[in-house]
Amino acid sequence: MKFWGHRLFWPVVTLVLLLVLNAAFSPSFLRLSVRDGHLYGSLVDILKGAAPLALVALGMTLVIATRGIDISVGAVVAIAGGVAAWMIGGSLVIHDGVSTYVSRFPMWLAIGCALGVALACGAWNGALVAFVGMQPIIATLILMVAGRGIAQLVTNGQIITVYYAPYFFIGNGYLLGLPFPFLLALAVFAVLLFTVRRTALGLFIEAVGVNPAAAHLAGLPARRITFWAYAFCGVCAGVAGLIVSSTVKSADGNNAGLLLELDAILAVTLGGTALTGGRFSLAGSLIGSLIIQTLTYAIYSMGVPPEVNLVVKAAVVFFVMLMQSPEFRRTVARLVRRPLPLEAAQ
Amino acid sequence: MTPGLSLSAEERVAQPAPPRRRARLDRKYVPLLVTITLFVAMAGVGSVMYTGFFSAQVFLNLLIDNAFLCIVAVGMTFVIISGGIDLSVGSVVALTTMVSAALVERHGWSPLEVIPLVLLMGASLGGLMGFLIERFRLQPFIVTLAGMFLARGLCYLISIDSISITNETYKAISQARIPAWADASLSVGAVIALVMVAGGMLAAHYTQFGRTVYAIGGNEQSAMLMGLPVRSTLVGVYAFSGFCSALGGVVFTFYMLSGYGLHAVGLELDAIAAVVIGGTLLSGGVGYVFGTLFGVLMLGIIQTLIMFDGTLSSWWTRIAIGALLFAFCLLQRLFEARQPGAGH
Repeated sequence: MKFWGHRLFWPVVTLVLLLVLNAAFSPSFLRLSVRDGHLYGSLVDILKGAAPLALVALGMTLVIATRGIDISVGAVVAIAGGVAAWMIGGSLVIHDGVSTYVSRFPMWLAIGCALGVALACGAWNGALVAFVGMQPIIATLILMVAGRGIAQLVTNGQIITVYYAPYFFIGNGYLLGLPFPFLLALAVFAVLLFTVRRTALGLFIEAVGVNPAAAHLAGLPARRITFWAYAFCGVCAGVAGLIVSSTVKSADGNNAGLLLELDAILAVTLGGTALTGGRFSLAGSLIGSLIIQTLTYAIYSMGVPPEVNLVVKAAVVFFVMLMQSPEFRRTVARLVRRPLPLEAAQ
Repeated sequence: MTPGLSLSAEERVAQPAPPRRRARLDRKYVPLLVTITLFVAMAGVGSVMYTGFFSAQVFLNLLIDNAFLCIVAVGMTFVIISGGIDLSVGSVVALTTMVSAALVERHGWSPLEVIPLVLLMGASLGGLMGFLIERFRLQPFIVTLAGMFLARGLCYLISIDSISITNETYKAISQARIPAWADASLSVGAVIALVMVAGGMLAAHYTQFGRTVYAIGGNEQSAMLMGLPVRSTLVGVYAFSGFCSALGGVVFTFYMLSGYGLHAVGLELDAIAAVVIGGTLLSGGVGYVFGTLFGVLMLGIIQTLIMFDGTLSSWWTRIAIGALLFAFCLLQRLFEARQPGAGH
């Protein structure tokens, strides 16, 4: 296969172009240095910032591969962050002149509970889609509407601040010189890639996405596969929620993960996964989330108001969408091939 | 040649049909009736539990406070009946408030010029999205999502701060009250909402456009084969939804007297919820603009009940709406599952 025909060719080109653009604009962009025993630089910032989005996008890829969509991930991020922050809470206690951080519950329990709640959210979505048979958009819309309410219920309508230093490692720590959140996303990606490409699971998921009824008739547990795709997506959102709340050292039921579902869908689409289900690319979604983060970084570093971000994203979505449409490609091809007759334009 | 026999045969065929059809209720009205019954029940519970709840003004306030949502939801009803979805409505409302405020306050335009202009803007934005959806076979979900990003982003391009409106005409319209009965009254926005509901009902049930929308939602291929103007109608549906969003935005400007990029965040979800609760099937083809009115009133009464209760916090509204949405989606599933057998 020619390299430019590869599925990841265009996403990689986009990412490289954005990086070159950034580097051209600020020469220090590509510089990497070691400070405090870990790598330091704009590229590392991008890897760190893209981690929550990458995690959510990985989960979303599986859901989209089964011909579904999950628009509740932003709410699940807020719920998981809220549960973790509430259970840890934490305070700085000075006892006999020694200051120690004390958490309300042990940290592993808090993390476990937060992920458990996220799993439950995903399972709820999965059950509605796979067993009740609701349309994915609507099934997840229910949790999207109610989820912010639940997140506010957990945080009691306030921003919970976390005062427990060990928890900050999840969002701000470094391991082997690289940001921990990025390694976390990379680990999930590796495990997922292995499971999907080295076992038959990936093929099963694609079969369900191409034609659920045919997959069911072929003896695949189509419903169970769909269910677990949503459950896994919920857990991914939960991990992203932990990272987000740990990075900002607080949980905000109202604003944590706001519009994250849209960014995740955009990342998956940019990565070359079609929204119609079937073929999917996990590496593409990872690159897609890096593209979005690099784009955001470029907009910030060029001194353009960050709000313009939305207009740029809209332009990108329109462009990608049109490029994915066979009708659009056909129209353009027809115009290019014989531009003379007027009826070609209609 | 035996008249008696042919008569009895005729009787056998003709007799059983008419009385049975009249006696039993058509299935398709069940979700709508459930909504109305639930609304009446909630109003009853509120009236018994809280003093001051049972007054004309409290009920008219449901319409006054949700007039913009009602107008937006009318447009959304058509989109959903056609089998699509429009996620851009909340952002278009925000963009309308922002453009109106900027033109009136900063450039000194007259409201008489601004209002038609923003309505045209909303309709063309919707029409453009409809064109992309129809012409290039794109998914409505993604196209309107991009429209949502675009409209919100444009708001921030105008200004990232809130612009308050001090224009006399806007103030006068905002404070005007139309007496309904006794000492209860309606706002201008609420009257516009009622007119839109009435107009929407007429358009849905008594025009070719309305019938085509239902046909497309039922089965787009069949509608195409029947020779219905599917393409122009689809563009029209999204243009209408964009128009409704812009009109909702104008009413929202009267209500808030300001333009702000963060206005109406999440309105698309409330609108979809109202349409679903109003008995419109999300798979398209079945639905009522009249039901949408009750869907909006239902969301309003939940808020009012929580407000009157005083001990419940505002986030219970979202949880209650989510629960209600869940219940109605389940009801729809039951309804859909029996649909093939019902065959009307």
